Amino acid sequence: MTTVSSAEHTRRDFLYIATGAVGAVGAAAALVPLIAQMNPDASTIAAGAPIEVDLSPITEGQVIKVFWRGKPIFVGHRSKKEIAEARKVNVASLPDPQADEKRVKEGKDQWLVLIGICTHLGCIPLAHQGEYAGFFCPCHGSQYDTSGRIRSGPAPTNLPLPPYEFISDTKIRIG
Amino acid sequence: MSGHPTYQPQGALMKWVERRLPIGGLIHSSFVAYPTPRNLNYWWTFGGILSFMLGVQIITGIVLAMHYTPHVDFAFKSVETIMRDVNYGWLLRYLHANGSAMFFLAVYVHMFRGMYYGSYKEPRELLWILGVILYLLMMATGFMGYVLPWGQMSFWAATVITNLFSAIPIIGESVVTFLWGGYSVGNPTLNRFYSLHYLLPFVIAGVVVLHIWALHVVGQNNPTGIEPKSEKDTLAFTPYATVKDSFLMVCFCIVLAWFVFYLPNFMGHADNYIPANPAVTPTHIVPEWYYLPFYAILRAIPNKLMGVTALLASIVILAFLPWLDTSKVRSARYRPVYRQFFWLFVVVCIGLGWLGAKPAEGGYVIASRILTFYYFAHFLIVLPLLGIFEKTKPLPNSISESVLGKAKAGAAALALAVALGASMTPQAAQAQGHDVAQPPQLKWSFSGPFGKYNQAQLQRGFKIYREVCANCHSLELLSFRNLAEDGGPGYSPAQAATVAAEAKIKDGPNDAGEMFERAGRPADRFPAPFPNDAAARAANGGSLPPDLSVIAKARTYERGFPWFVIDMFTQYQEQGPDYIAALVKGYEEPPKSMNMPAGMSFNKYFPGHMIGMAAPLQAGQVTFDDGSPATIDQYSQDISAFLMWAAEPHLNARKRLGLQVMIFLIVFAGLLYFTKKKVWSDVHA
Ligand code: FES
Repeated sequence: MTTVSSAEHTRRDFLYIATGAVGAVGAAAALVPLIAQMNPDASTIAAGAPIEVDLSPITEGQVIKVFWRGKPIFVGHRSKKEIAEARKVNVASLPDPQADEKRVKEGKDQWLVLIGICTHLGCIPLAHQGEYAGFFCPCHGSQYDTSGRIRSGPAPTNLPLPPYEFISDTKIRIG
Repeated sequence: MSGHPTYQPQGALMKWVERRLPIGGLIHSSFVAYPTPRNLNYWWTFGGILSFMLGVQIITGIVLAMHYTPHVDFAFKSVETIMRDVNYGWLLRYLHANGSAMFFLAVYVHMFRGMYYGSYKEPRELLWILGVILYLLMMATGFMGYVLPWGQMSFWAATVITNLFSAIPIIGESVVTFLWGGYSVGNPTLNRFYSLHYLLPFVIAGVVVLHIWALHVVGQNNPTGIEPKSEKDTLAFTPYATVKDSFLMVCFCIVLAWFVFYLPNFMGHADNYIPANPAVTPTHIVPEWYYLPFYAILRAIPNKLMGVTALLASIVILAFLPWLDTSKVRSARYRPVYRQFFWLFVVVCIGLGWLGAKPAEGGYVIASRILTFYYFAHFLIVLPLLGIFEKTKPLPNSISESVLGKAKAGAAALALAVALGASMTPQAAQAQGHDVAQPPQLKWSFSGPFGKYNQAQLQRGFKIYREVCANCHSLELLSFRNLAEDGGPGYSPAQAATVAAEAKIKDGPNDAGEMFERAGRPADRFPAPFPNDAAARAANGGSLPPDLSVIAKARTYERGFPWFVIDMFTQYQEQGPDYIAALVKGYEEPPKSMNMPAGMSFNKYFPGHMIGMAAPLQAGQVTFDDGSPATIDQYSQDISAFLMWAAEPHLNARKRLGLQVMIFLIVFAGLLYFTKKKVWSDVHA
């Protein structure tokens, strides 16, 4: 090997770096489809469309379960007593303060629509159970009240509300 | 050039690890300092390419397994879900399917290279035998993978291949029942094939480790076939071999990408887009191209047991090659007579491949017998005798001496390798009947590397489907939402919802336990015109109108030689639409000699000419809003384009991404080429 000028060296280094960089970009781009395929596919997304629930057969005091996007949705027809219990607590004293009025649609106080998944680690709470006669999670003992708010136990937040609206007095659309 | 010095771990952590687990040293000695003969040519890069392809197959395979359902009722549909709904699913599946074919192409080059340069000879016998084992494992894996999509070819491949074992005397039948897990190929068979198809690649990877280990013990052979004598004869693996391997690997990827993005179904069989049907065997069943030579050997012998034995022997005999070849000289470069016989052998293998794709009748069978005889004679007669009688040329004293006077087997061999790949492609085998008319080749907006669907045409085609075809044919794999998806007919989501709402979908049961009908939603699939196959048959004079979802990929016509080779370069992939367009126009009065049963029509493009569907389209039957003429010509093209979209909804995205990938690969290959030249400049100087 003869001595090489430094300009030659720079050109060579540039070539090596450019090649390596292009290769790295290619390898990174190849990861895109491999990762993207893990996301929900088009049919799953399409199947997550809104559903309609007829409220007329639900009697007072009853909680039914329907499925939306693979999640159980509780639709409860609350009694006067349950509503009153939910409203008499001092909101500020709750672990996740929220007024009951904010958790139902105006004028439809009796209809409580919740995503029935415990906010601790995802078990399904039981209705009409526990200290507050709201919901009780059997997994690690979280207690929810008649508004689905967390009162005690390891769950950090209230049972979340799905997006829904009333399309008539006896029909809601979830999603 | 001397190799790098031994590995010196840098930094405290690396030193700590190295004292306990000398993995850095192992990698360094195996892939950095490892001395490779300095005269290796590009045929030696295929080992690296094979490792890379194994990786590609394992990665895409693991990903596909996340979406595939191994059940006879769902396998075909789940593969179609991968193609239609999974993000980049079409890319992953086409990579996996074409990747397997390219994997075999590479392994054949690798094997022929070993034969040409005598790489199996002492002390590399075990290395070679491990290679034969790898090849056998690959064949088993490839076969079982082919069964998984559960199309017609899958099902009948599973039936035929497992039935090979029924040739075993006395216990044959029980062995086959055992393999099936039932009295016929069925769900248990599919499940176990899936399990094994997932397992075997890892077994292959394990044997590859042994193969490479053995290689690193005995060292690589080289084009001269003489062992490196001094440090002058070798170069360090990194950077020399690494950069050279990388360059050819990227070139190989260009070929792979060509198939994946532009000819994804070229190497497949149209019949495999028809769901498995245990009641009907496709008229002409052939294996994938890479098994064809062995298939020809099987069929050449008129006795069942002997045929299967010959098939097995033709592969197993490879393991005995180190002892059948008695010559002391390794490389064909110094064996003038062997060189001739080697190329003759290559031609015979290609010839067998070609015959394997032909129907087993007449002259083809006789030719298969002659070539089968020669195949075995090469190993059992030619090679042992050549070692005794051949006068070899003098060997050079050392590798470095030979580098000065290089022989060129390159160009001819490359041409042959290309021909090998080409002549074994299956289009030659797509016989649909022998005297049917060739559909004319039409111009399609979606053909060629920049093709895409014409939205207006798809909308017209959809109108024809709705008003005419949908009365008898289902479109099961499509949902209304597809009409509004990218690369499709370009309806708005609201329009798709309107179309959906006009359909009646059976749903239920409701709270009262009853099924009910409701208006369709975008997520619903197109409802079938008949509640079940039997009803469809009853309403159609006994013929079942096929589902049209993938019909444009499930129908083809024989292209023949040399067209299928030319198609590879012109990217002709529109056999399906051409056939459909011809078929709907191909109705004629039957010739006098033909007795047409009631309800049957004569069609000059339909295999066998007797078709249960009456001429479906009449001029003026469907009117278009865009002013296109209401002629049968127009109809036939529009409906074919629509059905092509239905079968391949992501074609636009595929060709778009294909262009990007091609540009990238070509730039990368160019850079690697110059890097390789720079790295090697001091060697050649
Ligand atoms: S999951 Fe409900 S309390 Fe832990």
